[in-house]
Amino acid sequence: MKQDEKGVYYAKDIFVTETPEPGKDPKPWGKTAVIGKSQSRIDAYERVSGTAVYPSDLSLPNMLYGAILRCPHPHAIIKKVDTSRANKMPGVLAIISAATSEADIYWSYSKDVKTKLFDPHCRFEGETIAAVAAQTPYQASDALRSIQVDYQILPYIVDEQNALESGATKVHEGGNLVKPEETYFRGDIEKGFAQADVVLEESYRTECQVHTPMEPHGCVAYWDGDLLVIHESTQGVYSVQSNVAQTLGLPLSKVRVIGHYMGGGFGSKLVAGKYTVITALLAKRTGRPVKLFLTREETYLCTGNRPPANMTLKAGVKKDGTLTALDFSVTGTGGAYPAGGTALVDWLIKDLYTCPNVSTKATDVYINTGPARPFRAPGHPQGAWALEQMMDALAEAVGIDPVQLRLKNIPSYSQAREGNPPYTTTGLKDCLEQGAQAFRWNERKKEIEGFNSSKHLRRGVGMASCLWIAGGGGPPSTIILKLFSDGSVNLNMGASDIGTGTKTVMAMVVAEELNVRTEMIQIEHADTGTTQYATPSGGSKTVPTETPAVRSAAINIKQQLLQMAADDLKTQVSTLHFNGDEIVAKNDNSIKIKISEISGLKKRGVVVGIGYRGPNPEGKVVNPFAAQFCEVEVNTKTGEVRIIDFLGANDSGRVMDRLTYDNQVYGGITMGIGFAMTEVRILDSNDTGKMLNRNWHDYKLPTALDMPPHMESLPIDLPDTEANITGAKGLGEPVTIPTAAAIANAVYHATGVRIRKTPLNPTQLSMIFSEHLKEK
Amino acid sequence: MEEDNKNKHIHLTRRSFFSTMGMGAATVVASNNLAAWASEENKVMDPTEPTKITLKINGQTHRILVEPRWSLLFVLREHLGLSAAKTGCERGECGACTVLIDNVPRYACMTLAVEAQGTEIVTLEGLMKGEELGHVQQAFLEQDAFQCGYCTPGQIMAADGLLRSNPKPTDGEIRKGMSGNLCRCGAYHNIFQAVNRAVELKGGG
Repeated sequence: MKQDEKGVYYAKDIFVTETPEPGKDPKPWGKTAVIGKSQSRIDAYERVSGTAVYPSDLSLPNMLYGAILRCPHPHAIIKKVDTSRANKMPGVLAIISAATSEADIYWSYSKDVKTKLFDPHCRFEGETIAAVAAQTPYQASDALRSIQVDYQILPYIVDEQNALESGATKVHEGGNLVKPEETYFRGDIEKGFAQADVVLEESYRTECQVHTPMEPHGCVAYWDGDLLVIHESTQGVYSVQSNVAQTLGLPLSKVRVIGHYMGGGFGSKLVAGKYTVITALLAKRTGRPVKLFLTREETYLCTGNRPPANMTLKAGVKKDGTLTALDFSVTGTGGAYPAGGTALVDWLIKDLYTCPNVSTKATDVYINTGPARPFRAPGHPQGAWALEQMMDALAEAVGIDPVQLRLKNIPSYSQAREGNPPYTTTGLKDCLEQGAQAFRWNERKKEIEGFNSSKHLRRGVGMASCLWIAGGGGPPSTIILKLFSDGSVNLNMGASDIGTGTKTVMAMVVAEELNVRTEMIQIEHADTGTTQYATPSGGSKTVPTETPAVRSAAINIKQQLLQMAADDLKTQVSTLHFNGDEIVAKNDNSIKIKISEISGLKKRGVVVGIGYRGPNPEGKVVNPFAAQFCEVEVNTKTGEVRIIDFLGANDSGRVMDRLTYDNQVYGGITMGIGFAMTEVRILDSNDTGKMLNRNWHDYKLPTALDMPPHMESLPIDLPDTEANITGAKGLGEPVTIPTAAAIANAVYHATGVRIRKTPLNPTQLSMIFSEHLKEK
Repeated sequence: MEEDNKNKHIHLTRRSFFSTMGMGAATVVASNNLAAWASEENKVMDPTEPTKITLKINGQTHRILVEPRWSLLFVLREHLGLSAAKTGCERGECGACTVLIDNVPRYACMTLAVEAQGTEIVTLEGLMKGEELGHVQQAFLEQDAFQCGYCTPGQIMAADGLLRSNPKPTDGEIRKGMSGNLCRCGAYHNIFQAVNRAVELKGGG
């Protein structure tokens, strides 16, 4: 037994998943030995012992520290940058600015817009002006303060709601409209409203949310001859590689990006930043490694955000709960450059519920703020804030339970996509039904009405649901597995583990296929120099993209081992199968060979298996679905909201690692609580145009004290066998989409007051309650 | 004894110290320790003048040359190679840099290296017994009390400090004890469970 516990294999006599013939797809896993269980992370020891080296932890011999001087004004022209004093400061080795020849290059904030790396026209507070490399970060920041800059301060606009008014300051010469209004329609919207028994119309707003991952953005860069090596805190080493190579005019082979550990990104670290390129230039100029990580304040100004959304939704419903029409418009902003200011905000309105008549309009404008970056389920929590509150209001108006109203309108196909392709699976019904049951939705609604009879402390329950537009993953992905002669395995993949447990899930897939214990699997990942191409970890696609390729690679190894065993045993491959650490004849247990005894393996020392991600099913859509339920207690005197309970029910296909799955659910709800209740970017639109709360003291994240005392994760474990060969769909984004709307609905249930703007903080709520609850 | 003598060589007033530091000082707040020095003798320290100090970290004595303006966090990470304590905000908001100073969780970004003299500093590395994890570390591993793991060293130190002063905290005390440490991934639910698990492990060990 002892040997089993320490050996390569889980057990010596367990049947290993059937191996398909080469070229044939494997069957979906039946009963699994590893997948779906709770497995603590294979890199947990590194993370809790402090031995995990994050990019910002790295110290290299002779390393310098970089820092960036940023424009303090929302809109200004740089007339002159005088670095003469700063150049003489102690410890300063290099200063670069627009006047530096190698820094006279272009940067792309988006595909179609090129500006200089150090552009004289600063269109947002936090735009780059110069950068310093010095022996200590203290000396670097001293030097920054000694750089003299002459600014021509220009008028600014930082309120997107006024950006299209005549006379508004123009961010770009062509005006503040990023592109012509985007419209979508199907059916006949007027006819739809005419058919409705109830028509409601409301305006909603969600505030700008800033990612603020715990590890600031940045990198350590050095030049190894003509090879640029970058250790970046990133979600995707290959995208950083291509951004940097393109900006500096280098071949891809001369840019090696490594990102083994990283301290959170949430969409803000999918690409390289100007800071990456600046670090590379400082390293080049000094001939030394340079570490440059942004300050927390900088991360608020120039590393993206979830744009604010100003939304109007008009909806029609019949008495029986049939939706007849949805008319939606949104105005938003990606800041000073094109950055998807309204991207996907209307998607749920178009696609989540059955509705024949839909019209949406999106207006994206420029303002003088830092460009947006994708933020966990771009557009979706904003759209859900409007749609899911509207569904709640419609349900009340026609006297149908909110869960039942949603159940009545579940589509089996995607209405917003051309040709109305069906979803491979939709677990929305299960999420709603099983979620309501686990939460005791009906019972609790009744119980609460008793609780609320008297006082200013009122309880309410609320719910909301969603889908996520992506989450099916897809090609490309290449995985290489090496099986060593003792049966232990090395897994090579380009994808980053951004904290979701990617590495652990991949090891579990190998373990499931090969019966090799996860502890015996070593993972090499997220290094453009040594690991395979992967798209960045974002869009909730890493598990559905990479796990099928990992499974294919493992199967590829099994096929080779079977062939080698057949040669040794002088029999046909078709007569053999895996059993524990052996390959055995299906009909005769006495014909067998230990895997570690296979002569081909012993001779070569290693068997290499390659797996590719196959295509997604044609003409079908792979989306995850979710529903969330919560209970709140509202103090109508103080405006405080205490969340008592939260339940997240998710259909993300097959559950891979139950432990990290539940962790994602709780984490997504937590981030949604922040979006709903505490987070707001405050811009001083009257006096300076600057951001007023660029730190964690003034911009509030949820803390330990804001957590509900009880949280529950309810996986709807529906392997999506059509989607891919592991049956998994994405999870990281749907878990945060419905949270804010569910809370707002619960507050409405508690108080009868509909809160249409985030954040639901005491400042806003006490004012609203004092107005609305006065007369009651 | 020698350490005590060394301490006496460092005198500075809070006001004069800050006035020579410029903007950077705005984020540095003096601790009680620093204030105590200020009352002794009014000698101005040059914030950039390298100064010999002795720090006791994880039971080991380090004699190093620091600039008086350097934070303990900077010295730990960039000079002593103790990179478990993380840089999150450098302004005392997130707790990623939490270490124990005389058994109390403190923000290393808000502590000057010079003022940490004469104290016992414990970092995450100091909770290890050789290769073996400490109880709180083991509990965080078992309960999956993290995602990206960047705030985790600080969370573990906060939990360890909490349990040193309160070996059996209530749920409310755990929340309060952990409320000085942000986790953007939102792993609080599992962090609470890990603290409870650590209580069990400590009891059992």
